[in-house]
Amino acid sequence: MSLTDVLDVRPGEDAHLVLRRATVLDPVVGIDSVHDVVVRDGKIAALAAPGEAETDGAEVVEGEGLHVFPAFFDPHVHLRTPGHEHKEDIETGTRAAAAGGYCGILAMANTEPPVSTPADITSLREQARAGASIPVGFLATVTRDMQGTELTEMVELREAGAIGFSDDGLPIADAGVMRRALQYQHLCGGNIALHEEDPRLSMGGAMHEGPVSAALGLAAIPSVSESTLVARDAALAGYENARIHVQHLSAAESVEIVRAAKAAGVQISAEASPHHLCLTDEEVRSLDPHRFKMNPPLREERDRQALIEGLRDGTIECIATDHAPHQPEEKDVPFEQAAFGVTGLETAFAALHTDLVLPGVIDLGLLVERMAGGAEPFDLARPSLEPGAEANVVLCDLGAEWTVGEDGYESRSANSWCAGRTLTGRVLMTVAAGQVAFRLRSFSLGVAA
Amino acid sequence: MKHLLSIEQLSREEIEAILDRAESFAEVGRRDIKKVPTLRGRTVVSLFYEASTRTSSSFDLAAKRLSADLVSVKAAGSSVEKGESLKDTVATLSAYDPAAIVIRHPYAGAAQMVAGWTAAAVVNAGDGKHEHPSQALLDVYTLRRRLGSLQGVRIWIVGDVLHSRVARSNLVAFGKMGAEVTVCGPPTLIPRGIEELGCDVSHSLEGIEEAEVVYALRMQKERMSESFVPSLREYAAIFQIDTRRLSPRQLLMHPGPVNRGVELSGEAIDSPQSLIAEQVAAGLVVRMAILYELLAGGESAPAGEGEGSRPTPIGTPA
Repeated sequence: MSLTDVLDVRPGEDAHLVLRRATVLDPVVGIDSVHDVVVRDGKIAALAAPGEAETDGAEVVEGEGLHVFPAFFDPHVHLRTPGHEHKEDIETGTRAAAAGGYCGILAMANTEPPVSTPADITSLREQARAGASIPVGFLATVTRDMQGTELTEMVELREAGAIGFSDDGLPIADAGVMRRALQYQHLCGGNIALHEEDPRLSMGGAMHEGPVSAALGLAAIPSVSESTLVARDAALAGYENARIHVQHLSAAESVEIVRAAKAAGVQISAEASPHHLCLTDEEVRSLDPHRFKMNPPLREERDRQALIEGLRDGTIECIATDHAPHQPEEKDVPFEQAAFGVTGLETAFAALHTDLVLPGVIDLGLLVERMAGGAEPFDLARPSLEPGAEANVVLCDLGAEWTVGEDGYESRSANSWCAGRTLTGRVLMTVAAGQVAFRLRSFSLGVAA
Repeated sequence: MKHLLSIEQLSREEIEAILDRAESFAEVGRRDIKKVPTLRGRTVVSLFYEASTRTSSSFDLAAKRLSADLVSVKAAGSSVEKGESLKDTVATLSAYDPAAIVIRHPYAGAAQMVAGWTAAAVVNAGDGKHEHPSQALLDVYTLRRRLGSLQGVRIWIVGDVLHSRVARSNLVAFGKMGAEVTVCGPPTLIPRGIEELGCDVSHSLEGIEEAEVVYALRMQKERMSESFVPSLREYAAIFQIDTRRLSPRQLLMHPGPVNRGVELSGEAIDSPQSLIAEQVAAGLVVRMAILYELLAGGESAPAGEGEGSRPTPIGTPA
């Protein structure tokens, strides 16, 4: 199965490439050595011995000193279409994803109007086939217009091509509605991705509750706002023998609940976001909403450590950016008034490489594995470098330093949590579903042999 | 010091410099002509997005006593009501090339953002529930006059700490001046983690007799409907400072406006231990000192208006 069997992308030409003498790393398949990677007819045609691949007519990229990984998959992106195209659209959002090394993304349904009908899905898929640089899939809302009260027509939404369901941006506050959705999943299939937050506990909060919020006088979102809902839904999923995916875990208690649920046999998967893995609420002391206001909020060091431990032991199977573009006027206001959310597609790999891999917190193989871990929870094929697999490949220079935002963004919005930071590790080229989806402008390619 | 955004940013020495300056303005205040020419020809904008009596009036009067031209803008009745953003309002007012902008805003960090948008010196006159540095300075000033020093002085701050920018700024300021601070109130109104600011936490008035200073906070009526306290009556029964709970050797403070009969009994307000009127008087001289320090004090003082490059020393009546 390939991503394009299910996801939509603008049709293009299949690449014919030889990435020569690159260090190839795919920990899932067990590859970690120097090869010539041959991409042809939409597939990984061969992993040849270094310098040995036939180049007949292929574009040859000198890959010595560079790394090739399976391209990344992000199950949590806000493309803001329809309704907020001034922040992002399918074209700019997928371009940003391609620049970050992604070969596939899933778009959230909290648009205006929300994606709640089969016609919404059909229209988005058409737009993706017209303008998406990489394969993109669309989730539909669980409840009609995200009101939290009535289920959407989940069977027909699935028939129209909805990859799964989510009311992301809002929790499903009503436990009874949540339970019905899980029961109905046995009829419609498709994973249900959950934004876990008890609105009565996070009421009006702008940051994590703790010593920093006490010092700043900001209304705060306690960890239990998330963990109590994770616990509720893990219990419901277990009881209904249904499947859930917990989005953007942020609190240590939530990680522990997911771990225990998995041990008890509950079908539950989880994601963590790069900003939660790299930053803590100490950053909020700057009161900079552009980079540090998001929901769930940045939490404390013990939470960050718990997320890292969750990545290591597999409690958290994937990294998801929760890429949430906003325009300056929604961020150029005092912290409490600013919109929640930061962009992340273009910096996820580089930031995690800089903050977690280089200091030795996690190893490169684990990062590569988790960056592509978002496909399987949604029944999609994990990007792989195994010969014969669909060509989903990212070429990186792990030594390259770059300053985020210096050359602008592919995204239409600039609210990057990494803005202004110098990161080490850069995506040079992305091949998604056999097509070249991105190449860094300053990266010169070898001549065709 | 370019701006006054928080107490957090100030060192003990900087706090003392402002208080010393305020002492000299207090001397001016005892003269018949209370005005000095220090800021003549310079413009101070006061921009208030929240209702305020004592803070706005004392900043306005402080600017006038220093001979500055004052532009006073209230959100009500201004272009703010027409939906103008803070950033655009600040850009508009900055076109008058003010020397200082004094801002009160309902959200934390507003003053800091304004400082990034204007060339003027910015004074935080209260940002959300974050900080109210001029209040803390005038409270330290009031106590220093009474006690000489705050070193080792035990101060209890009692009431709705969660929603109080005064509590936060004062807690930090008192600590910087060497005092030992306890915050006291119902658990629903004490923010989680506040002890990391360097204070003790108490949920009852038991032990308050150890305090030399009792600082009561305003208790707002809407806290009841939000379930922070079951009723103001029960709150008063447990936490009200009255003359029975206040010993004659303790000093009583309150930032105002007071809810008589809620956080303080009427008798306590009017008792000899009460410094409330002194706090208000201190507000004027401390705010004069703040404007002076930012606009005319220190090395970075801009060229004085008129004869020389140094600002006119205080003491010469205008």
